[in-house]
Amino acid sequence: MTVAFPVTPVLDAGALVGEDRAGSTLYTDPALFAAEMSRIFENTWVWVAHASEIPKGGDFKMAQVGLQPVIVVRDRKGVVHVHVNRCRHRAATLCEVRKGKTNSFVCPYHGWAYALDGSLRGVPYEKGYDDSLNKAEFPLLSLRVEEYHGLIFATFSREIQPLSDFLGPAKTWIDLFMKQGAGFPIKTMGEHKFRFPGNWKIQLENTTDAYHFPLVHKSFLSAADRETEDSWDIMNKGGFVEDLGNGHSVMVMMPELVDLEENLDAPIPEKFAALAEELRQSHPEEQVRRIVRAVGGCGFNLNLFPNLGCSAAFFRVLQPIAVDETEVRHAALGMEGGPAAANRARLRIHEFFQGPMGFGSPDDAEVWDRVQHGAQGAAGMPIMLHRGLSHEEVGAEGRKRSDVSAETGMRAAYAQWKRMMEA
Amino acid sequence: MDATTRTAISLQDAMEVAWLEADLLDSADYDPWLALWTPDAIYVVPAEPAGDDFENTLNIAYDDAAMRAKRVERLRSGQSVSASPVARTVRLLSRFRILSSEAGRCELRCAQILTEYRRERERMHTADITFVLVRTPDGLRIARKVVRLINASDAITGVSYIL
Repeated sequence: MTVAFPVTPVLDAGALVGEDRAGSTLYTDPALFAAEMSRIFENTWVWVAHASEIPKGGDFKMAQVGLQPVIVVRDRKGVVHVHVNRCRHRAATLCEVRKGKTNSFVCPYHGWAYALDGSLRGVPYEKGYDDSLNKAEFPLLSLRVEEYHGLIFATFSREIQPLSDFLGPAKTWIDLFMKQGAGFPIKTMGEHKFRFPGNWKIQLENTTDAYHFPLVHKSFLSAADRETEDSWDIMNKGGFVEDLGNGHSVMVMMPELVDLEENLDAPIPEKFAALAEELRQSHPEEQVRRIVRAVGGCGFNLNLFPNLGCSAAFFRVLQPIAVDETEVRHAALGMEGGPAAANRARLRIHEFFQGPMGFGSPDDAEVWDRVQHGAQGAAGMPIMLHRGLSHEEVGAEGRKRSDVSAETGMRAAYAQWKRMMEA
Repeated sequence: MDATTRTAISLQDAMEVAWLEADLLDSADYDPWLALWTPDAIYVVPAEPAGDDFENTLNIAYDDAAMRAKRVERLRSGQSVSASPVARTVRLLSRFRILSSEAGRCELRCAQILTEYRRERERMHTADITFVLVRTPDGLRIARKVVRLINASDAITGVSYIL
């Protein structure tokens, strides 16, 4: 089944990306944006949900794959489906409720009713079709769905590799990231949503941009306690960025917090002393240490092309809106069934930096807005992506690696962008 | 608690506190603003329209006294690119109603329409605000302020000032 009308070919898309620089029309060209929504977002694994958002049969949430509205729903057998949120009759959306529980999806226009698996079950006044309507021909358009460690991805493509192969070496980092459940399953605990007037790739770049941190986030560092400030001294801690293939990359900012199940004997930071004391009332010391160490999150950002960041302690989800408008969602994470005090601590840490009134996100949004504005000038002048290239090394598995503030992750993402846009 | 702190709070007195707070924020007069709160007061901007278990829920802002002081410092320091300069704001508060009242304490609800201006952009934020006000020996103080943006669960732009 064809899922998209052809878009105007952008013949020179690949020419916009060089080894160490890119053309700034990447941020500003509406035709390029339209091509990306088709060539990239319809041809790769796009993250749509975390399993904890739809834990039971009938649970659903709305999402998007590129610009296409979809419904992510778990059926009674526990199978997750991702359907295009569009009635097969006259295209009205079936669902405009962000998140909820249902037995079926019924179109508000003419009442066509679909089961959770997308099959068409009921059509009002069916007699008008003179028995010629074969309901089996009109299921919702469903995407391919695969899951890794609770991360649910969907794709329109029937041909691309399985999710596991697409993630490749990134899987090891996902495993490490999920250790912040401290033995409890990871659950999402709500999300912040904000928009900035700029292209989605500006935010994609940022997830592995350590270079900006001490500069853009100076006001956060000033407001943070001394221990937090020290742990964010990431330019001087021997971290690195590694290209994980397929556009994915990891930026290790705090090498001491890569594996949260290591160093459990290390002293508990002063900032968590009160929490540790509270947890000791109900948990053995070993578990207290494990939980406390997990509360602050991981010391790395994993950037999964094209739309998910597993970023220190939260999920960063990218949603392109237009060539110059992007929605960013920061989902807070917690421990399902874990101690309320630990989850509260995680919420407060999240609120401190993230979201429309955080001490970090608005400053990020401001500089991304500046990038979009500045890119209107001197359209022929490139965006420079060469930081750390001169000392970039190729490791044993053939993966490029450079220092923590290198632009290796951006080069990885743009190399994938180029492959997909030229394909 | 002496007699003066047990007197009921009139609608007029409550409105005056809400307007004073609004004026202090719009005028960026932060020291008297910080002094307007009880030491254990919480300032909340919920991320979801419903619910009131703010402590166990993700909020857009959840500030105790220390966080309020940090927020003020951030606006004054010039270190935050999104707050340099701080957006100019004008907020109008109306539709006041006392929801509950007891000795020396009341819950006041009102509407707020705020216009923000910064870098050639004007934006509006509309909210229901609930104040818990208490009498203290130093006068009326805010014990809680909850700002429920009508579009809190939608994507909004960065707000580098105090709603």
